[in-house]
Amino acid sequence: MEARAEPLVPGTGQLRFPLRAYEYWIASYRRVWRGSVVSSLLNPVLYLTALGVGLGKLVNKGSHPLGVSYVSYVAPGMLAAVAMQVAAFESSWPVMAAIRWTRQYQAMLATPLRVRDVMAGHMLYVATRVAGASAIYLAVLAAFGTLHSALAALVLPLSVLIGLAFSAPIAAIAAWAPKDNVLSSLFRFGIMPLFLFSGTFFPLTRLPVALRYLAYGTPLWHGVDLARQLTLGTATLGMSVVHVAFLLAFAGIGVALALRSYTRTLVR
Amino acid sequence: MGAGDALIHARGLVKTFGTLRAVDGIDFDVQKGEAFGFLGPNGAGKSSTMRMIGCVSPVTAGSLSILGLDPAHDGPRIRARLGVVPQLDTLDNELTVRENVIIYGRYFGLSRRELRGRADELLEFVQLSERANDPVEPLSGGMKRRLTIARSLVNEPEVLLLDEPTTGLDPQARHAVWDRLFRLKQQGVTLVLTTHYMDEAEQLCDRLVIMDRGKIAEEGSPLELIRRLSSREVVELRFTGEAPAIQSDAFDGHVSRVEVLPDRILLYTEDGDALVPVAHERLRPQSVLVRRSTLEDVFLRLTGRTLVD
Repeated sequence: MEARAEPLVPGTGQLRFPLRAYEYWIASYRRVWRGSVVSSLLNPVLYLTALGVGLGKLVNKGSHPLGVSYVSYVAPGMLAAVAMQVAAFESSWPVMAAIRWTRQYQAMLATPLRVRDVMAGHMLYVATRVAGASAIYLAVLAAFGTLHSALAALVLPLSVLIGLAFSAPIAAIAAWAPKDNVLSSLFRFGIMPLFLFSGTFFPLTRLPVALRYLAYGTPLWHGVDLARQLTLGTATLGMSVVHVAFLLAFAGIGVALALRSYTRTLVR
Repeated sequence: MGAGDALIHARGLVKTFGTLRAVDGIDFDVQKGEAFGFLGPNGAGKSSTMRMIGCVSPVTAGSLSILGLDPAHDGPRIRARLGVVPQLDTLDNELTVRENVIIYGRYFGLSRRELRGRADELLEFVQLSERANDPVEPLSGGMKRRLTIARSLVNEPEVLLLDEPTTGLDPQARHAVWDRLFRLKQQGVTLVLTTHYMDEAEQLCDRLVIMDRGKIAEEGSPLELIRRLSSREVVELRFTGEAPAIQSDAFDGHVSRVEVLPDRILLYTEDGDALVPVAHERLRPQSVLVRRSTLEDVFLRLTGRTLVD
């Protein structure tokens, strides 16, 4: 079998190594995909109904203080938040499990795959999950009449970028964390507050200045703001570049930290 | 034989974790086609050595070459030609037996078409064909270990590394594993294994090194080590109450050495049967056992401790 004697030709087709690790996660997902598709569909329908149609009726009373109906305001925020949540869930416990309990990373590293291939393979899978959940969410958004611009199509690649911006630093933490209560704290004190206070449900101008600027420094607000500008058709090139640059920086630094964290834990 | 011929060559190999010197400057060579063992108790540094050979743990100091290549630069290329049976299984419990083999083969870049046939062959070899489509989770420890062995062979490795292959298995499962490994030996696969079981080392290894506290104490074939470092036979005595103090020279030269263990006394001699009536008469033991010398006795002689605590 010549394939085994020559697995590495530096520079050409390097993506095939992460893809080998990626296949494992897809094979694993095949067993449970049905359930996650159903919840990916129910989640937006329930939230948009409760918040948009239900709560929205109260918010929209009188004039439209937000400039649009509440459901159109909250929907893109929710989509960005879901990208964060899926990425965070998939990059936390599964990463820790792959190191400490199921040892799937160790299985991969005993083969020609390197740490960067193992890490990239898992992140590709997280990106796939985010893309899938976001595509379904976007379809529901369309069904609820909350997409007011052709630019809304760009929300799909944007959600993958949001996902990556969270996946990488969280995977870095999960690879390092000695116990899983670190991850619980991450969700309780990090993900949850971000979800509530990043402009998802109400404009940041409602928050005191200090908290507002804190939110501006987090990737979710950038994702939420850009997603909203795309679905409402109010995006400008300048702000879009700022938002994308911020997300890319977060993702890039996250990837560097994750690679360091993975290497320190797995190559000892 | 020089470094040029050896499949695996190590000189002054060191591995440290912070201040802990897990592997403290060892030399060894593994020749093509042989079954080579690292025998020693837990904590001897065997697994750390195996992980360095497997190119998953960086060498702290010293030289190590595998298949003529340097693990620091050619890790992936070397790993492509190795098979690894780790101490703790790395199977996915949610996938089926067959899927576990195939997904592992994919890590090596083998094609699906090729892997379909190969998986069946390998499961046949480890006698798990009937369970091919069952999930892994409910399998017994012995079956999981055989599946791990099947996986480790998916890339037709030139060297198979086994870290404590039968630890935690019941006697029947152990014999099943030894049987498969013996088959592989016959097929010419180079085996490198670590173990703390002297019977495993004696059964499987052509040559072995005895490792303790990060260093290699002795090297040779099982037979040669026993012959050189122990007598032919051992008489084991157990006593009710206090054991008498015994001098080895109290037996007219028949006893070359005496070992006092917590639960028994060992008399090393060339002819155990001849010694038994003398021992009965002079010492009045509760029970007497005559047996061959084993690598356990060699280890005891070298370190003053038993292999298994």
